[in-house]
Amino acid sequence: MADNTFKLRIISPERMFYEGEVVMLECRTTEGEIGILKNHVPLTAVLAPGVAKIREADSEVKAALISGFIEILQDEVTVLAEIAEWPDEIDVKRAEEARIRAERRLAEKAAHTNLARASLALQRSIARIEAAKK
Amino acid sequence: MPSMRDIKRRKNSIQSTQQITKAMKLVSTVKLQRAKSRAERSHTYFEYMYQTVVNILERSGYMEHPYMKAGEGGKKAVIAITSNRGLAGGYNSNIAKLVDSQEWDKKDVVVYAIGKKGRDMLKRRGYEVLSDESEMINEPLFSDAQELCDKLLNDFSEGRISEIYLAYTHFRNTVSHVPTMLKLLPVNMQEAAEKSEIDATPESKALMNYEPEEVEALNMIIPKYVTSLIYGALVEAVASENGARMQAMDSATSNAEEMIGSLELQYNRARQGHITQELTEIIGGAEALSS
Repeated sequence: MADNTFKLRIISPERMFYEGEVVMLECRTTEGEIGILKNHVPLTAVLAPGVAKIREADSEVKAALISGFIEILQDEVTVLAEIAEWPDEIDVKRAEEARIRAERRLAEKAAHTNLARASLALQRSIARIEAAKK
Repeated sequence: MPSMRDIKRRKNSIQSTQQITKAMKLVSTVKLQRAKSRAERSHTYFEYMYQTVVNILERSGYMEHPYMKAGEGGKKAVIAITSNRGLAGGYNSNIAKLVDSQEWDKKDVVVYAIGKKGRDMLKRRGYEVLSDESEMINEPLFSDAQELCDKLLNDFSEGRISEIYLAYTHFRNTVSHVPTMLKLLPVNMQEAAEKSEIDATPESKALMNYEPEEVEALNMIIPKYVTSLIYGALVEAVASENGARMQAMDSATSNAEEMIGSLELQYNRARQGHITQELTEIIGGAEALSS
């Protein structure tokens, strides 16, 4: 069991979010979802708001990762996340409200709204809601 | 010679001032510890951020990128991070002096102020203060830095400003804080390349792939890099502010101690003089009666 794990570090500006040996990390980048196992090819990718699944030897945890980037080296993966949250830290009600607000703004398509920003807000809130789901 | 009552009044007033400075020192000690641990926790993030950006820059070479070259005609923007409250020794005026001592014309500079003290000081010195985000220094959040960064990059890409500098107080340790001027944009390639010779491991960068392509990744990562520098500066500035205040209040308290000591001496001397005078008066009166 021990030989198929790699070292994962998730760092956010406020704290060391996660550090440990994991079997697999699934997360969402701007180019699509990726799953990382041991001996992945070295890669630097930009994260998109999404749910990251961290599979440890015999358990799995979820976290919301919102913007940042990921650096994959031979046996070490570092995620620099601007915002990283565990499911129990997420305020689902607030995320839900943010989702509705963002959807409304997107639907209105008013001239003064920043569409890129609104859709990012939507992605963020969806990521949070997904992560908080059991 | 001042009277006994005057001396006593003066002593009391100094004593109550001392109580205040003592309390302020204690408060800033606690705040310093909190700010310090916060600065330390966020340090790893910046270290990695810096390394990654340098790695990417090195691989992509000296290319033409809007964030890499100075725009023309725009003004120079300075983000001046100071505190909202005074009584911190030279903390605030050091930043104002630092901004003033640069080799530029006041007319070409716009100030994005964080911290009321610095804002007022720079305004008095004749700088144009474009925005004031003084609230964020009380409790710096990452999203604050993000907002400021968005605004700056927006102004930058629209050509209103051509260079961005960051003036803050670097927190070296509890007693040493250095006012620092940092150039944020355009990214200084030479400097970055020089530093990277020590940092980057050749085997890791040779194999690295980028998704999306380097140039595009750079577009996304440089704003994050600038944001993290701003946030790092905010966190360090808070630690420095409290460190500076702690030192200032510490020396104020010990100065008060000294003054109280010398007033005590003066008071005792005055009291002695008073007693002697009274005695001479009584003896003089008694002699006058008996003779």
